[in-house]
Amino acid sequence: MQELDLRGNKAYLDRAFRWSAAGAAALVLLILGLIAVTITGRSLPVFHEMGLKFFTTTRWSPPDALFGALPFIWGTAFTALIALVIAVPISLGMALFMTQVAPPAIRRPMVYMIDLLAGVPSVVFGLWGVLVLSQHFGLGRSFLTAGIILAIMIIPIITSLSREVIETTPPGDKEGALALGCTRWEMIGAAVVPHSAGGLVGAVMLGLGRAMGETIAAALVIGSALGQLTLHPLSPGNSMPAVIANEWGEADTLHKSALIALAVTLFVITIVVNLIATAIVQRSMRRAQGL
Amino acid sequence: MQLAQETEVAAGPPDLTAKQSWRSVKSGIMTSLMIASVVAIAAPLIAVVWAVLTRGASVAFHDFPDFFIKDVPNIARRPGGGMGPAIMGTLMVTGAATAIAVPLGVLGAVYLHEYGGKNNFSRLVRFMSTVMSGVPSIVMGLFIYIVWTLHFGYSAFGGALALACLMLPVVIGATEQMLRLVPNHLREASYALGTSKSRTISTVVLPAALPGIVSGSLLAVARAAGETAPLLFAVGAANEYNPHLFQEANTALSIQIFGNATSSFVAAQDRAWGAALTLVLVTFLATLAARVFTARIARKR
Repeated sequence: MQELDLRGNKAYLDRAFRWSAAGAAALVLLILGLIAVTITGRSLPVFHEMGLKFFTTTRWSPPDALFGALPFIWGTAFTALIALVIAVPISLGMALFMTQVAPPAIRRPMVYMIDLLAGVPSVVFGLWGVLVLSQHFGLGRSFLTAGIILAIMIIPIITSLSREVIETTPPGDKEGALALGCTRWEMIGAAVVPHSAGGLVGAVMLGLGRAMGETIAAALVIGSALGQLTLHPLSPGNSMPAVIANEWGEADTLHKSALIALAVTLFVITIVVNLIATAIVQRSMRRAQGL
Repeated sequence: MQLAQETEVAAGPPDLTAKQSWRSVKSGIMTSLMIASVVAIAAPLIAVVWAVLTRGASVAFHDFPDFFIKDVPNIARRPGGGMGPAIMGTLMVTGAATAIAVPLGVLGAVYLHEYGGKNNFSRLVRFMSTVMSGVPSIVMGLFIYIVWTLHFGYSAFGGALALACLMLPVVIGATEQMLRLVPNHLREASYALGTSKSRTISTVVLPAALPGIVSGSLLAVARAAGETAPLLFAVGAANEYNPHLFQEANTALSIQIFGNATSSFVAAQDRAWGAALTLVLVTFLATLAARVFTARIARKR
């Protein structure tokens, strides 16, 4: 029998390990706090200059020190909305197919397909969007093109989260519905949807958060037009992250501050959306596990 | 009707008196719509992969291996040149980010699962870590620009910091999930031998969870390698090799794709496709290498 080596058992080492682990965990809180403080601090000059007009006016003209971000906020909301309209039915259809219809043998390849889609870098989608989709399908660089590219990019997250939520439906509920003579679609409406509705809403909201924050693909295909407050999906526009990426290179101090103020706005919106979505998903997951 | 009312239905009770045929037809239509959505996902994926493979390969493997070695040309419309500096930049930035984020993330997850458990602090951290994974990458880039680049200038390391911030919550989440799968009797057996908690974790729990931690981290690394937005602010722009991690502007494949994609010159667009293929290949090879490596470690044990 081998002799036990107890040399590592000093109590202070144990405590040190515990505290360094706690420190690493606290790093998450520290970074989030630092992000909020630093970017807000850097955005103050433009709020000093523009006040709340930053959010309500539409003229964005760096040489005149005029920064009205409304069109970009609208562009972010509009492209995210288009992306959701396209992505939600497709993602839910895919998730339902994987969980309710597909034979087990082809479920795994479909998971791989979703993973593969999630693994394609966003800049590659942007490249494809700007050189193939916008040129060969008559879409041009527009809100719609950006919405389509964003939809492709958020489909994996909505699909895989929905699948996890749907899979927690108790088999008894589904079998009960089928035993009562429901067709498959009626069973989905009677057992799966009521059970997973909360989680599905959360999954869609996480997708919304992603769509609003996605930068590079949007920056490439949205068209970089200024001052567009339109409902027309084929007109070129701009969104908050796209403006930041496209204008940063030639920005002076106040202009940079305005771009950082856009980032603050984006940060606040995505944090709120993510907080709500995470809370919804976690609650529905806990309920599904019967806790 | 009565049966339907007894099943509590949110979306309206199914009308079981309707004609059987219509009900099953409706179910069939919905099922085919689900299949259509699978096609709708597969189509763009195949189109993107096809475009990258065909258009990228004709550029990247023309005069092999020039494209993977040569400097990026300073004049965009000039054909030829390569992505050598960008490949090295991507490897440096992603490698340094991994070296920062993976140990910290694993350590954080160890706290959450092995020490904190269900206390309020670890609940808060868990929640905030999910929220942090939703912070837009461009916001992370600006954050690093303010706290690092403004003081120390452009460098590959700044980009690595930004990517590390993006990877941290992913690594924490993946690791905690794997720690949950380590059976408790392993820990108990170790305690029964008089081993301290820190030793139990480092010699029993973590090795047992290693393969899962590696594949979870690999996903984070692969995602980080393709990130562009945070690098724009921290890494800067360069067209030549820069082997210094902490000094001078550098470049990366994603930055080169972004820069060349909107160019009207065919030569620049070609380079963007070549760089896209290279990025996909580099990610793929790195993932493969790490998997083979862990498989070997697992077998040795």
